[in-house]
Amino acid sequence: MAELTYRNAVLAALAQEMERDERVVLLGEDITSGGVFKTTVGLVDRFGAHRVWDTPISEQAIVGAAMGAAMAGLRPVAEVMFSDFYAVCWDQVVNEIAKTRYMTGGQVTLPLVLRGANGFGSLGFGSQHGQSVENWAMCVPGLKIASPATPVEMVGLLAAAIRDEDPVLVFEHKALYGVKQPAPEGEQFIPLGQARVAREGTDVTLVGLSITVGMCERAAAVLADTGISAEVIDLRTLVPLDAQAVLGSVGKTGRLVVVEENPGQLGWGAAIAALAAEEAFDDLRAPVIRVSGGNVPWPVARELEAVVDVSPERIAWAVQTLMKHAAAPPRQH
Amino acid sequence: MSAGDIGVSPGDSSFAEAGPELIQLLTPEGERVEHPDYAIDLSPEELRAIYRDLALVRRVDVEATALQRQGELGIWASLLGQEGAQVGAGWALEDQDMAFPTYREHGVAWCRKVDPLDVISLFRGCDNGSWDPLATKFNLYTVVIGVQCLHAVGYGMGIQRDGSDSAVLAFLGDGATSQGDVNESFVWASVFAAPVVFFCQNNQYAISEPIEKQSRIPLFQRARGFGFPGVRVDGNDVLAVLAVTRKALEAARTGQGPTFIEAYTYRMGAHTTSDDPSRYRLASEMEAWKLKDPIERVRAYLIRSGQADAAFFESIEAESDELAARIRKGTTEMPDPDPSSMFANVYAEQTPYLREQAEQFAAYRASFVASGDGAPLVGSEA
Ligand SMILES: Cc1ncc(C[n+]2csc(CCOP(=O)(O)OP(=O)(O)O)c2C)c(N)n1
Ligand SMILES: [Mg+2]
Repeated sequence: MAELTYRNAVLAALAQEMERDERVVLLGEDITSGGVFKTTVGLVDRFGAHRVWDTPISEQAIVGAAMGAAMAGLRPVAEVMFSDFYAVCWDQVVNEIAKTRYMTGGQVTLPLVLRGANGFGSLGFGSQHGQSVENWAMCVPGLKIASPATPVEMVGLLAAAIRDEDPVLVFEHKALYGVKQPAPEGEQFIPLGQARVAREGTDVTLVGLSITVGMCERAAAVLADTGISAEVIDLRTLVPLDAQAVLGSVGKTGRLVVVEENPGQLGWGAAIAALAAEEAFDDLRAPVIRVSGGNVPWPVARELEAVVDVSPERIAWAVQTLMKHAAAPPRQH
Repeated sequence: MSAGDIGVSPGDSSFAEAGPELIQLLTPEGERVEHPDYAIDLSPEELRAIYRDLALVRRVDVEATALQRQGELGIWASLLGQEGAQVGAGWALEDQDMAFPTYREHGVAWCRKVDPLDVISLFRGCDNGSWDPLATKFNLYTVVIGVQCLHAVGYGMGIQRDGSDSAVLAFLGDGATSQGDVNESFVWASVFAAPVVFFCQNNQYAISEPIEKQSRIPLFQRARGFGFPGVRVDGNDVLAVLAVTRKALEAARTGQGPTFIEAYTYRMGAHTTSDDPSRYRLASEMEAWKLKDPIERVRAYLIRSGQADAAFFESIEAESDELAARIRKGTTEMPDPDPSSMFANVYAEQTPYLREQAEQFAAYRASFVASGDGAPLVGSEA
């Protein structure tokens, strides 16, 4: 079976959807030369310059014009080269794109996708090119958020994002671009809002997203050797959030560890922890634990990266700590 | 107005050619020429010092590129071909002036007396650049395109209110001129008559995108619309760059507001060591620019005018070998930062949350058994 890299999965999804719907257009910096992460290689030759627009270096314009183009009936897929640069165009994303359906009373629909390289992964990209920023978007009603964990997930989720009637931010983890998997056959589509059980287990639920899913799987494999059975849930999308998948798993295991790459301070993991506290309190046999990136600007030094980043080791450590927690005696009234 | 009104038709890139507005004092062949608005009078010592800077800056670049290739640096953004623009601009700065660089201004860093190793430590991934921006009057490198132009304007407004006689030099690339931040900085500098000079190195490319993808008119002409002068200088002519930048900084210092300088040059190398320019440009283009090398023309001029002899060039060669050796040794010997340093300097005073996280990290690290083959995957019970 042919292999598919995460990088080529982006390309495959874009090609699949451009083939399927001629209203799909791409815009972004350096995309006609194939993109700095090589996720758009060959698309201009295949679909023509009228559908692949190399833009000046202006993220506000890329994102703002994507909105205008969507209003004109296109289905734009705009590349924000590094997701850190959402900060450069956040007004367009938050105040305009996210609110258009609502403010027009549902009369204007913006079926657009904003996508680009996200995440840390200890690659030496530093504070301003290495952030995981899904949680920035999670604070904004009106945006959907997908952050695929594998090549196969990438094709299906990006395709779904492009077909979606609402603005979707798709986060591509730059440390995963080289990851390979057997390529699936035929058209791919994974509905937004359905989490995936990446590994079944009975003692503890590990919830991950994007790169942390694989870390959870690796931690689970190690924990299995020590007699701990961990279930791994890949959230796939933060909005819509598949709360039932999390609650169902916690109902089974009674323990929850949430693993996010962004800094812990109001990371998306806080929302999952709150969900469990509110709706799974009776199921929980131990406190919810969050494993997150250090609450510091990401360092550029390799030595420091290893400390700040989440890792299978840190996840396993957290689980072992959790397993030692004795259930508190019933409270005296 | 159509593009035709300004002498440009769609798909026509001729506007991007240097053109008669190009200010030049030293031709590619090394011949001194005069310009009615820009005079420069340099002693033989100064000219030799400029040559020395050009040659040493190139050597820093060549050495850093080699170190990256050998896996000693994570990435390097080469200034190859832009030495004239950067050393010219660096020479134009007075001690009290402030400079705001992008990520490619190694030549300006050199002129500001920033140790090349302090620059390299950033690209090696040891720190974010270890010089003091305020002491060296050279800000840290900025990697989000265009942001520094606004910092430069604000700094300029600050020193303006202090009544100081200094100015600010903001560096940017051709691609950066498309950013909102940059355009807003032009408006502000103009309206507040801020003592800022925008020094744009038009090296013809923004990663893979040629200048035609950023602009339909020559960049220097944009300044007029914002209300301040724009000039186009031969960026490979260090003398012209020095003269033009000096004049613009002097105008800024004396309350005459901003100037936009388009230093017309060429990025001879890749965008960074992660880039492969053969994907998007022809080798013949580079060959043509090789003939306009910024260092060769100074060398030719020095020889022709009898201001430097073979012994001088040999001494520079020897000095540059020493510098390269020092850089190589200094780079490979750079210590890794202490992991606990990660939590420093997030705030003036550490928050309780951060303190707690630092303690957790320490406990986590302490939980590992120190073993020859690194940390085990699962923490020990010890
Ligand atoms: C806001 C932002 N958008 C995109 C990038 C990615 N990027 C890095 S360098 C670059 C090209 C910059 O070109 P130019 O301004 O001409 O400077 P040069 O690299 O040629 O010196 C781009 C697009 C970035 N760093 N910041
Ligand atoms: Mg450029």
